[in-house]
Amino acid sequence: MRDGASHRGCGILPGTMRAAAAAFLFFAVAAHAAPIGEDGARHLLNRTGFGATDAEVREFAPLEPAEAVDRLLAGTHAEASLAPPAFVDEAFVPFYKLRQMSPDDRREEQRKLVRQGVELRTWWLREMLTTSSPLTERMTLFWHGHFATSQRKVRLNQLMYRQNVLLRREALGSFATLLHEISKDPAMLVYLDNAGSRREAPNENFAREVMELFTLGEGHYGENDIKEAARAFTGWSLDRDTGRYVYRRAWHDDGEKTVLGRTGRFDGDDVLDVLLARPETAEFVAAKLWREFVSPAPDADEVKRWAAVFRDAHYEVKPLLRAMLTSDAFWAAENRGTLVKSPVDLVAGTMRAYGIRPMELRPAVLACAALGQNLFSPPNVKGWPGGDAWIDGATILGRKQFLERVFVGDEQKLALVYDATYQMK
Amino acid sequence: MKLDRRDFLRLAALAPIGFSGMGRLARAAASPAARKLVVLVELRGGNDGLNTVVPFADPLYARFRPRLALDRERLVDLDTRVGLHPSLEKLGDIWFTGELAVVQGVGYPQANLSHFRSIEIWNTASASNEYLDAGWLGRAFARFPSPSQYAADGVVVGPGGMGPLAGGGRSIALNEPQEFVKNARLARDSAEPRNAALARILQVERNVAVAAQRLDGGASVTTEFPTTPFGRSAQVAAQLAAKDAGIAVVRVSLDGFDTHANQPAVHAALLRQLSDGIAALRSALIDIGRWQSSVVATYSEFGRRPRENQSGGTDHGTASSHFVLGGAVKGGLYGDHPALDRLDANGNLAFAVDFRAYYATFLERWWGMDSEAVLGRRFATLDFIPNLA
Repeated sequence: MRDGASHRGCGILPGTMRAAAAAFLFFAVAAHAAPIGEDGARHLLNRTGFGATDAEVREFAPLEPAEAVDRLLAGTHAEASLAPPAFVDEAFVPFYKLRQMSPDDRREEQRKLVRQGVELRTWWLREMLTTSSPLTERMTLFWHGHFATSQRKVRLNQLMYRQNVLLRREALGSFATLLHEISKDPAMLVYLDNAGSRREAPNENFAREVMELFTLGEGHYGENDIKEAARAFTGWSLDRDTGRYVYRRAWHDDGEKTVLGRTGRFDGDDVLDVLLARPETAEFVAAKLWREFVSPAPDADEVKRWAAVFRDAHYEVKPLLRAMLTSDAFWAAENRGTLVKSPVDLVAGTMRAYGIRPMELRPAVLACAALGQNLFSPPNVKGWPGGDAWIDGATILGRKQFLERVFVGDEQKLALVYDATYQMK
Repeated sequence: MKLDRRDFLRLAALAPIGFSGMGRLARAAASPAARKLVVLVELRGGNDGLNTVVPFADPLYARFRPRLALDRERLVDLDTRVGLHPSLEKLGDIWFTGELAVVQGVGYPQANLSHFRSIEIWNTASASNEYLDAGWLGRAFARFPSPSQYAADGVVVGPGGMGPLAGGGRSIALNEPQEFVKNARLARDSAEPRNAALARILQVERNVAVAAQRLDGGASVTTEFPTTPFGRSAQVAAQLAAKDAGIAVVRVSLDGFDTHANQPAVHAALLRQLSDGIAALRSALIDIGRWQSSVVATYSEFGRRPRENQSGGTDHGTASSHFVLGGAVKGGLYGDHPALDRLDANGNLAFAVDFRAYYATFLERWWGMDSEAVLGRRFATLDFIPNLA
């Protein structure tokens, strides 16, 4: 199925097409053409960032919806603004060498990994607090939850950092590019066991999750599609010393496969293109973004409309976000204040909104983890369940205790954040 | 001795209020069916079942563990083939009262060797390749709520999330009841639930506030507990059991079982903490008249590999042994002795008892719930709890 290769470059949308898409969308929402006001600005900024500041609210209030959304989309970054922790460029001890170390050295190595892990989380949280484009970080976090990969299994913080760089680069870039690259991302190859997948015994873990969780969603593929796809991904591995992607030709099954009714001597990229060609993929991602940005209950028709925009834009993320954020659904009164803030949202958002910038961010990082959202360590391949699941008999008091510590001595702000609605956005 | 105590308790349960000055005891016994408690003990890190319930008669045991095999003479024999680790002396005493069930080979098909994933499987009672959001007890109490006058369905003692109680029912987490009551002032009814998510937050806040109110004050437990971390957790479990308002589940935990290196001393100390803590909990529950209406049960993400490693420890394994104790428990050995001659490709044990059958036994025989409605399919229950009459 070499025709699949035509999808491969689809990450780059010609400028003229982009302009046409933008113009189309602008006219589609012209009906909203009135300033969003302070409430609207707060809604937009809290949903697309972390804790809007008063200055930001004032800046966005006079804008019409499309103008406000365009300003957000124009300000995104492909790279973090803060320099990463120094260790990301340092050599690491590969797993097989760890096994040869003495118990004491191994313990020391373990402590180093924990230390680096905290540094890495601190770096990302600080980026969320200081970036000029909170939307960039929110989308990076969204993709982190979508392409969930946990440091607890991957172990090496350098690999987690590199994946984070990729997630941010394509956070508002191309989903198609991101899908292709995340599938060869060393942290992902370790996390979903593809690194050791050989033609003699293909590992089906990645093949299953790429369909169930990254593209089609459950019910849109069969067990045989998984088996066949797993063969196509054999040989996608990593160099155990550098931690970089390598293709191991000898491990690859180059025979004919049939996936979702299409047959060819597929490699992994071909299978990903088959998945991108299915309408379910855009709908699956659009519905998930609805739950992230709009409300807990996606509207099927509207999701289909967004999915069409997404596919027409060849999986460019910005046209999709523009369609979403300028939609009636996003601005509807009944959808406001319906989303539970995630722990990172609560912690980073509170600190950002109230200008709280402690020198030491470690307690805030640990608070996120204690409240159920440990960055770089989602609970499993499904990512954080989110929504109502953030709130339980343990976390509700934990959330309030965090806020109490943040506002120690400030009764006025405390009274505000104690209100249950403060947990919502 | 066993018969004496049981007879005494039966007698006490029938006695009028004020009998021997044990008013609490009689009150607790007033509605025993509605106050059935399970104290779950999580052994974090994956407990080495083979050095807990030791298959000393199997020559492969000593062969697989040249450095770790325990001295046969020091074990507490359970039958002619297996015995308890010497640190479990007090559990051994309870064994001879007939109140300790030892369930061997508890595990599941296609075992996962990751701590995080495997405890998630245990917490949610999922299949190995299935991802469920709610814990098995969260689902159980969502479907079959405890009586409304209960303080909570479940209480998690200590950190680490709601585990099996996540995702349903009325459950809270605390370190110590009085501290919880104090902190719960942060929970308040403050807004109209405009939508489902806010309603959920308010409901959880209300649950916390109600639990705090019902756990405030009440009788205290005077039994002495070991001053170890687990001893303190066991003491909190006893304090909770002593409250007038019911609680269906208390979850306590003991961490440190991930013994990849230098296992003998570490494991011996952990098992001593466990055994001494559980023995104190039993004494306390007897003192407050709750031993007949309580069961204590252990669980862990997995057991450990039969063959020891090069660091004097053991690596992640699969099936393991677990303990169930209680005044109403039918003591004895359940499951199968470990088949050391039939290891899988990783060198790990086959399971004899599906952990969901273990759970189904509590759901069905202890609480009288339909276990299939909670677990998604029917598992044959075990006899360590007699069938409900």
